[in-house]
Amino acid sequence: MNKLIKFDNVYVEERASVVGKTEKAGPLSAYFDMCEEDEYFGTDTWEKAESEMTHRCLNLLMSKKKLKSDDIDLICGGDLLNQCVASSFGVKESGVPYLGLYGACSTFAEGVICASTFIKAGAINRGIAHASSHFCSAEKQYRFPLEYGGQRTPTSQNTVTGCGSLLLSTAPSPIRVKDGMVGRIVDAGITDVNNMGAAMAKAAADSLTEYFALSDKKASDFDIIATGDLGREGFEICCELLGDSIVGLKDKFTDCGMLIFDLEGQDVHAGGSGCGCSAVVTAGYFLNKLYMGEINNLLLLSTGALMNPTTVFQGQSISGIAHAVHFERNSVYA
Amino acid sequence: MNNADYKKYTTDRAKRSSCLLNSVKAFFVGGFICCIGQALFNLYLWWGADENTARTLVSVTLIFAAGLLTGIGVFDKIGKFSGAGTLVPITGFANAIAAPAIENKTEGKINGVCSKMFVMAGPVIVFGTLSSAIYGLVYYIVTKVL
Repeated sequence: MNKLIKFDNVYVEERASVVGKTEKAGPLSAYFDMCEEDEYFGTDTWEKAESEMTHRCLNLLMSKKKLKSDDIDLICGGDLLNQCVASSFGVKESGVPYLGLYGACSTFAEGVICASTFIKAGAINRGIAHASSHFCSAEKQYRFPLEYGGQRTPTSQNTVTGCGSLLLSTAPSPIRVKDGMVGRIVDAGITDVNNMGAAMAKAAADSLTEYFALSDKKASDFDIIATGDLGREGFEICCELLGDSIVGLKDKFTDCGMLIFDLEGQDVHAGGSGCGCSAVVTAGYFLNKLYMGEINNLLLLSTGALMNPTTVFQGQSISGIAHAVHFERNSVYA
Repeated sequence: MNNADYKKYTTDRAKRSSCLLNSVKAFFVGGFICCIGQALFNLYLWWGADENTARTLVSVTLIFAAGLLTGIGVFDKIGKFSGAGTLVPITGFANAIAAPAIENKTEGKINGVCSKMFVMAGPVIVFGTLSSAIYGLVYYIVTKVL
């Protein structure tokens, strides 16, 4: 199978992003559609809060195009919570056919590739790809209670509270999904849960190398090449792993986890992480740049760390995965 | 790069928290908590408690204060600053019980608060009970048998 899936009729018809207050305080604040100051999003549990955030994001996406649930053929999305409950409970009311995905923090690109493939195959005309994460629900599930008085290591990352969604369809629009590549699982043998960047960096380098080997593209064909949530630590490792193997990469290579927060001014250690990280940075920031014509080509490489607390306690290593998606500005329809 | 080399490379390059700075902070915050304990001890003695009762009252007061500060969302900030300074005294233990109890109250009193409150402090209770049992046994043998 050719791992590079080319799409010739898939467009980003609309995009929406909802974030929390830490993200609002970050440098990309102006690019997000909706910022919620209340960590509970008006509910009484962290899990409900994340579902409510997803619910708002999907409603916002549809309302921007004045669409109703009946106009959507499929929703492909996921989150970090056990059994993907944030997404399924958030999508529930819409009544739209739904595929729950889990790719850890790579879920956003996974969703875009899935929905685009359905459109390419002619199975659907209009689908939504989304991904979400919530700092509080992720802390509760993966780390310590919020009120626990402990310290974290400098390599640890801060889960992004955010949901990003894209409305994908065959209707010609200014932004096009040109191709996508499903990544393979790379186990780098890392067991430190406080260094997810190191666990994912090898997978990111592998997928990026593979993408340029499969496609006939060069780094110079892109204006931005961004990994999902390697954070400063993982991003630096990825750069060192790649060395000069991809010509012209250095000046356009960045990471969503480093962009979403002010790493010096905000207390976020190595940067942002979580499914919501690449979702909101892409839906809010990158696609705005494409839409406005500031850039013409974006390569998104959403990265994920495959583990759960049980496997970590059992001493198993944390594998990484990275899926690539090429977004292109379609000047004919701009 | 094979996995063993990669693990070593990532571990070596990872920035660590400042040991000296954290030790100094822990020394002063932990010492300050102990001073409060001593002040409370003197206060309870002054109020007429005997030494054993005063010691118990000091522990109870510090546990209550740590629980209260956890509940109003202040303790995690102090803990983040001071590290082992709040972890080692009894305040750390109180926080480790109160924090998961608060976090999991959304799952109900039985399945949430009661069952999850020992998730972090459980090992401390197990080792505490075990070591006091061993200590008791040794004490019995030394004082009664020999």
